[in-house]
Parts: sequence; structure tokens; C-alpha cells
Amino acid sequence: MTEPAQAHTVTPENRSRHGRPRRGAPLPLMLPALVGLAFLLLPLLALLIRAPWRSLPEQLTSAEVWQALQLSLVSATAATAVSLVLGVPLAWLLARTDFPGRGLVRALVTLPLVLPPVVGGVALLLALGRNGVVGQWLDAWFGITLPFTTAGVVVAETFVAMPFLVISVEGTLRAADPRYEEAATTLGASRFTAFRRVTLPLIAPGIAAGAVLAWARALGEFGATITFAGNFPGRTQTMPLAVYLALQNDPAAAIALSLVLLAVSIAVLAGLRDRWTTAST
Amino acid sequence: MTDIDETPAGLRALDLPGQGLDARLVVDRGTFRLDVALTAAPGDVVALLGPNGAGKTTALRALAGLDPLTGGHLRLDGAALDRTPPEARPVGVVFQDYLLFPHLSALDNVAFGPRCRGATKAEARAQAAEWLTRMGLAGHSGAKPRRLSGGQAQRVALARALATRPRLLLLDEPLAALDARTRLEVRAQLRRHLAEFEAVAVLVTHDPLDAMVLADRLVVVEHGRVVQEGTPSDIARRPRTDYIAQLVGLNLYRGRADGHTVRLEDGPALTTTEDLSGPVFVAFPPGAVTLHRDRPTGSSARNLWRCEVAGLETHGNQIRADLTGALPLAADLTTVAAAELDLHPGAVVWAAVKAAQTHAYPA
Amino acid sequence: MAGTGAAALLALSACSSPTGSSGDSGSSANGTPTLSGTVTVFAAASLKESFTMLGKKFEQQHPGTKVTFSFSGSDTLAAGITGGAPADVFAAASTRTMAIVTDKQDTAGTPVTFARNRLEIATLPGNPHKISSLRDLTRSGLKVALCDRTVPCGAAAQKAFAASGLRLTPVSYEQDVKSALTKVELKEADAAVVYRTDVRAAGDRVRGVEFPESAEAVNDYPITLLKNAPHATAAKAFIQLVTSAEGQKVLARAGFLKP
Repeated sequence: MTEPAQAHTVTPENRSRHGRPRRGAPLPLMLPALVGLAFLLLPLLALLIRAPWRSLPEQLTSAEVWQALQLSLVSATAATAVSLVLGVPLAWLLARTDFPGRGLVRALVTLPLVLPPVVGGVALLLALGRNGVVGQWLDAWFGITLPFTTAGVVVAETFVAMPFLVISVEGTLRAADPRYEEAATTLGASRFTAFRRVTLPLIAPGIAAGAVLAWARALGEFGATITFAGNFPGRTQTMPLAVYLALQNDPAAAIALSLVLLAVSIAVLAGLRDRWTTAST
Repeated sequence: MTDIDETPAGLRALDLPGQGLDARLVVDRGTFRLDVALTAAPGDVVALLGPNGAGKTTALRALAGLDPLTGGHLRLDGAALDRTPPEARPVGVVFQDYLLFPHLSALDNVAFGPRCRGATKAEARAQAAEWLTRMGLAGHSGAKPRRLSGGQAQRVALARALATRPRLLLLDEPLAALDARTRLEVRAQLRRHLAEFEAVAVLVTHDPLDAMVLADRLVVVEHGRVVQEGTPSDIARRPRTDYIAQLVGLNLYRGRADGHTVRLEDGPALTTTEDLSGPVFVAFPPGAVTLHRDRPTGSSARNLWRCEVAGLETHGNQIRADLTGALPLAADLTTVAAAELDLHPGAVVWAAVKAAQTHAYPA
Repeated sequence: MAGTGAAALLALSACSSPTGSSGDSGSSANGTPTLSGTVTVFAAASLKESFTMLGKKFEQQHPGTKVTFSFSGSDTLAAGITGGAPADVFAAASTRTMAIVTDKQDTAGTPVTFARNRLEIATLPGNPHKISSLRDLTRSGLKVALCDRTVPCGAAAQKAFAASGLRLTPVSYEQDVKSALTKVELKEADAAVVYRTDVRAAGDRVRGVEFPESAEAVNDYPITLLKNAPHATAAKAFIQLVTSAEGQKVLARAGFLKP
């Protein structure tokens, strides 16, 4: 108990964590909420129940698993970083400027959300592949080919994950008071300085939320990655790819791998959350 | 619009050619058009006074460069600022709700301006600390804005604006966000700080008291136009529009004078002490009106009208009666008097005003 | 894939009741049975072109019948069948995947091999890299896509390389044979080891190169009636069509070898 004992007696049932008496949640909200929660958790629970616990240690000692996990974490983090560098300015452009066709651009940004990831992968091949619209010049001029490389994994994951960040940050920017930027300019800040020193810190929570979404999406990315970057252990085989291929002939191994991916994501997300909540108070 | 050269402040502005503010702000927004001329010498505190929607804030934003001018000109200490972006103008702004950056401490809020204008981090912080000390906030430099009281936040905002050493200080409703008690105290402090400020200060307010206490000169704006301009006492004594009369608590009428008689437009005549001719204003305070149940006999008052009570409201420890009839007027009386007269909406009363208590001046 | 499965499910629940009902008239060995009902066939993805054609033929020969297909990876299909998907016929791309179903005793009778497939190298049109053998694939700088060893085409390729004593590091182990082929079609990879039938189906978008080691890794395609087949009689007739001379002709045209 971190809170001081209350002078008046309150039964544990009717007080919340903060010592306020909890008001009963209305049933029309409570019921669907619980069904929703159960719906989300049940498949994960099933995964745990059917997990090959006995053979788990030996499944997880294979070097390939750790290689895939490491690659997943590195590429998802890199994809999140790229999404931040490109996505936050894009969100700013969409939220704070007015140009013809902005609505259309906004819709286009969200397109990767509705595109089946495999189609996204094919589209990336057509654009950035060795023979792609832009890719052929990358190859001819710089000798860069993205498919079948770890950079390709990052590109595929960024393509799928960045819209989440852009949408999230744009929403936060719209909700943020633009007059703080004005106040900064009256103090001598250029528009960029105002953005960097005032707006960015103000919308940091929204950026963080968007980055987490993007990271989670990148971590679970499968279709675009395997289509664009292929599958090679240690180079482009991320955890979801390893899980999918294990599923072909060894479902037990697939479940084991999924558990590892789940455990690591939960650890990272919970860790970040704790850090933010303590930092913001 | 009155001729600004008549006012003492205007004369001062002319004394130092090229110094201070010389602006004609024209902002056209389709249905609304602002066209306001403003001049002020260094050291002047000018209040833009007007009802909501009059264009005061638009004028202030135009001065700061946050809204572009569609016409007119803007010169500060001789330099044209019309095309200068806000970050390059030597203009400081205290915003209505202060807009202190919530993620920065009071010190860093104040240091923000000097830092943007090229000071090193250490220099900027040293300057900021000095400003906070001057504002009596030395003990709060590490506090985040949400931990500051309204009055403290106001002073931090003022320090932040002054720390850039502006040649024009703009204050948007500087006291509006404060509760009545802090307001009194902060108003006095602000008056002191503005008196020390060596450049031009322009404040925007809809509160006549703030304007009169803080400013040397008032510019009253209605519907995007300047309707009256002058010293606070001048404007209080001689309001020229109903809005100002209401603000300063006077009954105001316009008419044509012929000696001591002023014939109102579509109304009765008033007897005044002044001897004038031509178009004039006549003003008298609500306290000068006495009310009677029956037509007073033997009263020395020459100005006597039969009225009907349209409404009553408490005004401090007095009751203000809103009267209609031969001429609309406001009358103040004590609660006891109101009870004795059995005042209620619809009641018929006789209102009397002594000529000595009216004030007539040329329109 | 899921869509097809769901559609098949709907079709089944709409028009049928448990085994041996309305749709299935008792057929005599040599008589002309009047067949009706919907036959649901789970077939390996590589059979798509030939089985679709055979399905149409079957419907023409037996008016009143309908054949619906679910084409997918053999493993996925096997998992579906053992999981209780209501199918009549299972045609797999390998005996190993068929074994998953027979092990669970979900088949009626013994599976028969109706076709065989062998590997071929798929390379760019015009064969710019002059690939003529499996050994040529190991040349440095050449980008080769293989199937992952967990899927049949990958396992077969592994066998062929083992038989030749060659070692190859591909740029990617693809999730299925179509993905491997796509990489060549889009010119991202210079070559891929895929099935003959896939090369045939890709037309002139790729160039096929046969290699002798493929004989070491021939895939058998078994077909069987399933135990809980809702329309067993019509399903048997479909299997007959597949194994008949007529069916073999269609399969051969797609590049399959005779069993």
C-alpha cells in the first residue's frame, strides 16, 4: 500500500486504487467491455494453454530463434526511427498547413493501412526492387539493392508501420494549441525552432504513443517483409517469418516462437509505459 | 475619429520624430474590416479599449506580425515592420492566458527569448534569473507553469516578454485570467512595471478600470474603428458613445444646445449649466438621478420626466433602476429608498436631475 | 484462401445434410449414375490450373453437380482437414502432407498417386546468365531464390542439391513456390528452383532449365476421398476423372509427369 490509511472505514470493494469510492460502471458499458477484453485475450490464453511447455527449453535454445528475435527487435526499432524522422514532419504538414489536395494526401498516407501487406510488398518490389521504378536507378547509380537485405526489412516494416505514427501524431497536433507556436515566434523563434523547442515537447506523449503503435506493427510485420525482403536466417528472417515457416511442419515450434515474441513485446511495452508514467509526474 | 494631435500623448509622439510607434492597421477579413491608427512615443502606455468583437485582438496580432496587414503601415522607431515576420520584430507579447510553455520551468520560459535571439544558454538563464528577481519571483524560477498561481504566471509572462528587450510591448487582456482579489494586486504591480518600461506599451482590454489604471491614453475601438481617443479622465468625463458611457457609468445623450438648453434628438430638452450652441453631448451619472412616486412639487430640478421601471439590478450596495419613457436612463438608489418607492418592473416614477449635476460638451 | 474455405462451408451447409443423403444416389459399378451435389476439393496450390479445368469438365459431364476448390499450401489444407473442415477430396503435393491426414485416419481408403512433379530452374527470359545446370546456380553474384525447407519444393530442392554434392547459399528461402517464382518474374532474383508446372504456368515470363538431379527429388501427388466426405459418391467420380486418361492429359499439359 503506497497510500496512507484512510481515517474513515472504507471496504476494499467500494474503493478504487486512489482511495475514492468507485462508482458502479453501467452494465451496458461493462458487459461489452468485458466481452471485448475476453475476445482479445482468449486466443493468447489458448496459445499459452497449448504451448509445448516441456519441449520449450530445447525449442528456444536454437541459435536461429535468437537470431530471428534479435533481427526483429533491431529492424522494428530502426523502422520506428525512420517513421519518426519522416512521419512527424509529415504529420505536422498535414495538421498545420493548408495546401490544395490535403484531404487526398491524408487519405493516401493511410493507404498502407488498408492495403494487404503482401500487396504492399509487391508494390515495394515494383518501386524499389532491383528492376523497380526507382530501384533500378538506386542499383545503377549507387549499387544499392534493397530486396533480400536487412535494410529491405526495415523499408517494408516502415512502409506498413509509418501510417500509424502519422495518424497518431497528426491527431495530437490538431488537439495541441497552435498559439504556443505563435508565442514562441513572438519571442524570436523561427517556425522550425518553435516546432523543435515548443511543439515537439508538447506533443511528445502523442509521438510516443504513435511510436509504440508503429513499433508493435513493425514487430509483427509479415506479409510485406517476406514479399519484399525475402526470408534468409540472420539477414531477413524476422520472428513472424520464422513463426510462419515453423507452422508449416512443426506447429509446436511455431507456438514456442510466438510465445517468445509475445513475452518480449509485453516486456518492452510495459517497461516503456512505466518509464513514461514516472517521467511525467 | 478624433484628431490625435489634440491629445498630449500625440504631441509627445511628434516631439520625437521617428521614435516610438506609428501605425495604421488595416486588416480586411471579408465581413470585418479593421482600420485603426495608433501612434505612441517611447514610455507611453496605450490601452485599446472596446467591446468583444471590436477588433482589438486583431489589431494586437497585426502589431505582433501574427496576422498580416492588408493595408496601412507599421513603423517602430522609424523602421518599417509591415513585411517583417513576427520572430524578427522587436515586439514582446503577453498573451491573455499567458501561454507559458508548460514543459519549461519559469526560468527557461523567460530564457527562451534571449536564447532565440542568440544568447548562450548560460547568458540567457542569467538574464532570465535577473528578470524573475525583478518580478519578485526569484524563488519560483524552477517551477513549472502549472505550479504557479495566476498572478505569478502573469509576472512570468511579463518577464518573458520583457526579456527580449522589445521596443513594443503588447498585452492582451493582461488581467482577464485572474480572480477579483489577485487582480487588484497584480494590477498595481503591472502598473509599476509598465511605468518603468522605456518603450511603447499597448494593452488590449475590455475592462475600463484596467485601461484607466494602467494606461496614459485610451483608444476606444468599436466595429473596427477608433471612436474616441484621449486620456482616461478626459474619456471618463466626456464619453462620445453609448458603449463608453456605459463603461464609465454615465447617462449620455446627444442633442443640439442653445444656451443652457439642450434639445435631444427625438426627445425632451435638458437644462444644463454650460452655455453652448450646436451639437453637444450631455452626460450625468446614475447617482445624480432622484426618483419620486408622485410628481414632486416645489422641486428645484428643472429636468423632470415621467418614466417606467424596465428592470432592476443590484449594483454593489445600491440598486440600479433601468428606466424607459421620455428618455432612457439609469438611476442609482439605496435599497431602502427602492423599498420605500415600491419599485418593481412596470412601476411608474418621476425622475429628476439637477442641472448642476449634468455635464455638456461639444460633440 | 480463408474466403474460399468459408464459401465452401456455406455452400455445404446450405445444400447438404450428413453423408449419404439427397445428393448421393447409390451408384452401380458400371451403370450411369445420376450425380448431384457439390464436391468440395482441397487441392495443393500447384494444381490450380489443371484442377479448375477438370472441375469444369466434371460439371459438364454431370449436370447438376458443382465442384468447389480450396487451393492452398498442402500443409495448410492438411491442418484444415484434421481440424474438421468439411471436404470431400484431398489432393496433396507430397506424400508427407498426405501422411498428416492418413495418420489421423481422416481418409477413406488408401491415397493413390495421380501425378508427379519435378523441379526445374526458372530463370529470366532469354537466360541472360547462361544457366544450364544446378552447378551454374552456385556461381557467385547470382541471386537465387529457393523455397524454405519446411515447404515441399524446398525439401525437394534440398534433396537435389544433396544428390549433386553442391552447396548453395540463396538470397532467400521463400515461403512457397509461387513466391520464389514471383521473385524471378519481377527480376529481383536471377533464378529460382521451382516445379516444372510452375515454369509452365508462368509462360514466357520465365525461362525453364531442366537439370538431371531433379530426378532425385520427384514429388508424388496423392489424392484421396475423405472419411467424412459429405458427397462421397460424386467425390469418387471426380477422383476417377482425375486418374482417367482424360484427366492425365490435362495434367500432362500443365507439366505434370505420369505417376
